[in-house]
Amino acid sequence: MTTGPTASPGSVVDVETARRRGWGWLMLIPGMLYLAVFFLFPTVQLFFTSLYDPSGSYDTGYAMTWHFANYVDAVRDSWNLFVRSFLFAGIATAICLALSYPLAYAIAFKSGHWKNFMLVLVIAPFFTSFLLRTLSWRTILSDQGPVTSFLQTIAILPDDGRLLATPVAVIAGLTYNFMPFMTLPIYASLDKVDQRLIEAAGDLYASPFTGFRKITFPLSLPGVVAGTLLTFIPACGDYINAELLGTPKQYMVGNRIQSAFLTEHNYPLAATLSLVLMAVVVVMVVAYVRRAGTEDLL
Amino acid sequence: MAAVATRQPVGRWLADHVVLLIGILVLLYMFVPIGYIFALSFNQPTGRSATAEFESFTWTNWTTICDPDGLCDSLQLSLAVSATATLLATVLGTLMAFALVRHSFRGRSASNLVIFLPMATPEVVMGSSLLAMFVSVGFDSVLGFITIVIAHVLFCLSFVVVTVKARLSGMDSRLEQAAMDLYANEWQTFRLVTLPLAMPGIVAAAMLSFSLSFDDFIVTNFTAGQSVTFPLFVYGSKLKEFPPQLFVVGTLMFLVSFVFVIAGELWRRHRAAQ
Repeated sequence: MTTGPTASPGSVVDVETARRRGWGWLMLIPGMLYLAVFFLFPTVQLFFTSLYDPSGSYDTGYAMTWHFANYVDAVRDSWNLFVRSFLFAGIATAICLALSYPLAYAIAFKSGHWKNFMLVLVIAPFFTSFLLRTLSWRTILSDQGPVTSFLQTIAILPDDGRLLATPVAVIAGLTYNFMPFMTLPIYASLDKVDQRLIEAAGDLYASPFTGFRKITFPLSLPGVVAGTLLTFIPACGDYINAELLGTPKQYMVGNRIQSAFLTEHNYPLAATLSLVLMAVVVVMVVAYVRRAGTEDLL
Repeated sequence: MAAVATRQPVGRWLADHVVLLIGILVLLYMFVPIGYIFALSFNQPTGRSATAEFESFTWTNWTTICDPDGLCDSLQLSLAVSATATLLATVLGTLMAFALVRHSFRGRSASNLVIFLPMATPEVVMGSSLLAMFVSVGFDSVLGFITIVIAHVLFCLSFVVVTVKARLSGMDSRLEQAAMDLYANEWQTFRLVTLPLAMPGIVAAAMLSFSLSFDDFIVTNFTAGQSVTFPLFVYGSKLKEFPPQLFVVGTLMFLVSFVFVIAGELWRRHRAAQ
């Protein structure tokens, strides 16, 4: 800090009050306008699109008929896609958490001088293209690939068993691709844990496990909540893993939205599915955050 | 640390290393596809398209990166898009984070919610709603660089706000108070105390934005029109022939970012030592 005393008498103000008043909130305006124009407006528009008469087509145009039945139809026809999406995303998030927590813990507390280096190693693989990584999992998990052969050798998988084109491959891909989104927030909150608290627990005869359960883990909860959200939300809407590692039998709702929009140009259907997906995700997120008692994350 | 270690039974020592061992195993798992991409970048495929099998060793892929049609154009477009989107998102998002952490005003929690919503929106929804809007306002003829940047700024923005906010709210406000007590005016306090303290958060946010933007496929696929960014190029290649040079680019992306981060870390240590 090289801030020398500068002669500007009279500028001694109470920082607390300076922070509260003034026009500083105006800094919010450009970003908010951006979100209003490119996020809120398109979302409202998407809502109107979802109510178009589905009997129209891309070429003839759609008529606005406040066709709320679109929602009933979409949920009736695609409920299995929704269930599968949330199931796959939920399982992937759970596995991600199980893998990321020890990793984040090891980096925060056990890595010593290697801390920053290990952090770099967590992020580095994800600078390589997401699609290239997923495509290489496709080969690694393929029928002639090393993983399948190994699992067949140790008889976990029957000889004609497959990994690729099964839910296992899709979930594995989802898990892998969103790992850093789980690891980094958990690391960030673990890193803030005051070591003296854990030492104090030890001094008070708490076993290391009790110390972890009563102190470290609760203090890392905000990171766990943030990490699970950052993993679960993109995983729900993902369609690349299902497309590259699965078959249409493993398709998720993202695949359906994508094809309805870009291939079939069935905008009302795509809009309806999108909004249902978004609504369910928001409801789940809010319920989860309330439950975890970390509302201030929002 | 040593005192803690001696007080603990042997079981704890073992437990310590078990966690570290699991951590290292998880890291290894994260590197599996990278090793695969690295190896295949030296592969000489027999056909025109790269295959999964390693056939024979060659350097040619590394010397002919730009040979596949459109590959380097797509990289150039991706770099331009990511740089522009990162700059815009970082500036807008940092301003928003300062406003939210430093100032109280009516509608602050509503603002927080609006900022959070794009993060809770699956990419496929964001992409489709943006495309629908671009089409309806007659932007379909200009789908390309501009629309991709608009979309990328959108999904980077919330991440920037959250990252910078976390840094700002963890900052000790007494440092600024001390600066003010020493007769620094508000601008000097901001420039010499607040901004340097906030910088790691801003840099982290910018790096996050760049990597999110550079690697984005889903939203880009909706908003790119006829333009081809690198992820779109990879996706397109999957459908037809797959040039082995893509593995070279994948390896390079990894190496370049790795060197960048390591250099940054060394520079930080160097400065800390001074």
